[in-house]
Amino acid sequence: MANPSLPLIDPPQSPRRPGKMSLQIRHVIDLAVTGLSVLATLLVLAPLVAILVYLLYKGFSSLNLAFFTQPPHPVGEEGGGMANAIVGSGIVLAVASVIGIPIGIGAGVYLSEYGRGTVFANIVRFTADVLNGVPSIVMGIAAYSLIVVRQHHFSALAGGLALAFMMVPTVTRTTEEMLATVPGAVREAALGLGIPRWRTTLSVVLRTASPGIITGCMLAFARVAGETAPLLFTAFGNQFWSMKLSEPIAALPLQIYIYAVSPYDEWHRLAWAGALVLIALIMFSATLVRVFTSRGDMKGHS
Amino acid sequence: MRIYLEKRGNGKIADGAFFGLVVACALSIFAIVVAIVIVLFQRSALSRHTFGMSFFRSEDWDPVSGLFGAYPFIYGTLVSSFLALLIAVPLAIGVAIFVTELCPKFLRAPISFLTELLAAIPSVIYGLWGIFVLVPLVRDHVGPVLEKYLGWTGFFTGLNIGVGMLTASLILAIMILPIISSLTRDVMRAVPVSQREGVLALGATRWEMIRTGVLRNARIGIVGAVILGLGRALGETMAVTMLIGNHAEIHKSFFAPASTLASVIANEFSEATGDLYLSSLIEIGLALFVVTILVNAVARLLIWAVTRGAPARST
Repeated sequence: MANPSLPLIDPPQSPRRPGKMSLQIRHVIDLAVTGLSVLATLLVLAPLVAILVYLLYKGFSSLNLAFFTQPPHPVGEEGGGMANAIVGSGIVLAVASVIGIPIGIGAGVYLSEYGRGTVFANIVRFTADVLNGVPSIVMGIAAYSLIVVRQHHFSALAGGLALAFMMVPTVTRTTEEMLATVPGAVREAALGLGIPRWRTTLSVVLRTASPGIITGCMLAFARVAGETAPLLFTAFGNQFWSMKLSEPIAALPLQIYIYAVSPYDEWHRLAWAGALVLIALIMFSATLVRVFTSRGDMKGHS
Repeated sequence: MRIYLEKRGNGKIADGAFFGLVVACALSIFAIVVAIVIVLFQRSALSRHTFGMSFFRSEDWDPVSGLFGAYPFIYGTLVSSFLALLIAVPLAIGVAIFVTELCPKFLRAPISFLTELLAAIPSVIYGLWGIFVLVPLVRDHVGPVLEKYLGWTGFFTGLNIGVGMLTASLILAIMILPIISSLTRDVMRAVPVSQREGVLALGATRWEMIRTGVLRNARIGIVGAVILGLGRALGETMAVTMLIGNHAEIHKSFFAPASTLASVIANEFSEATGDLYLSSLIEIGLALFVVTILVNAVARLLIWAVTRGAPARST
């Protein structure tokens, strides 16, 4: 208003009401946003590609037979591998699976078959979600305080238990979801044949949902396979061969961490090789999952 | 007939036993959470009695003279998570918009698969990659540019050695991207197609349709996804420990090394000497536990509010 030249710049024949833009500007904004979202996608995929390519490049150039057959060598000595860490990871994960998977499946069966709609089931479901969100380092402290402090030494068992705690909620929720997809008619048919309820649940309902449940277990397994933080002060790591459950044990992610923050080039090399093996392990279980789920799909269609 | 049935018996005992078994499994989830809370509470008793609430306000973290305060770690956790969200949220929403609304059908599955692959990479491998790729990148390329153009803000000044708040936030952003973008995608898919068609029929361009038809309806769920990402960022340990530099001091500059609640536990727990030191670290763990549970609960409620009642059909 103060400037009298303003109306001259804005020609009177194009009346612009506030909040309305010309079609051209709207199209330009549309294009710009499309471009931005494509750019965002590229920016997100870039680090992923960078990580995988760098990992493959570094990992393959440092991988050799000794990596799979020898325990770590002392500082300054060439060679050595992570054979004990690979075995150790296997042991810790086996302990975790043996404890975590049955509890998870049992709880999932309860939620889906017995507790549908009850208050208690809702509380259990919420608790499982809470447990799922607990930071892994807190899980480590808890396992430390529960077991290591009582036993007065670090142990593979404590590490396995910490990982088992982390597996339970994932397995529970996927089991529940998978059981919910089994049609009620299947249960009724089995019960109608005079099969007791527990037998129906075990041999009919669980069997029908098994591909999905196996998927859930593998996902939980893959998730904890790469966990380092819960093992830091439970399994603790070990430079030598050890297969005892009551002693400190080496684990692949732990060894990668220790080597990655060390100042030695030889150890860095081994860390990359370990990372590649770890990723391969996780991808392998993820692929198994795909195979199982597609088999389940086919069953559903036929 | 009746005699036969009675002789065969019914499944009552087995049924009862099986029911007991699955209830025990369900109860054990309870037991785990309760055990974690109790044990953290007990073990942190010494530090709680010694410092009281001033534990969370004090800036001193001096194990030698037995003074412990968690403020530097709270600061480090909040700042690194906030920076990570600042970087990750726009990108994640961009990806979600691209995948649900814009992208050709044949690209949809591969992109979703790749972003989910990011979530499958273990934290320690992110840390390893960060040490050898991100740290030199920030030290030699990103840092100097930021210092030149944004140095006046005071956030990007001082010695830049590559490890520090900025690098840790970058790796955190990469790590929380998949969860935010995949949840945002789910929420956006839950918006009915008729909404989109309605807005388009009123003459909106595609972006206006996304903004008014999709984003506005999905906003609560998107906020939930962001908060869930925040929960992940708060508790993330290994990658941050490897990249943040681990200094219990507060600096305004993002180049300076810092420390978070999780990283101080990972870094100092196994070499903590003395009961007070150990119990202070466990109290930090307790605080982390409580905060992440609250954050996660809020996020879940928000996401439920949107996706419940949504049509199962996804396009």
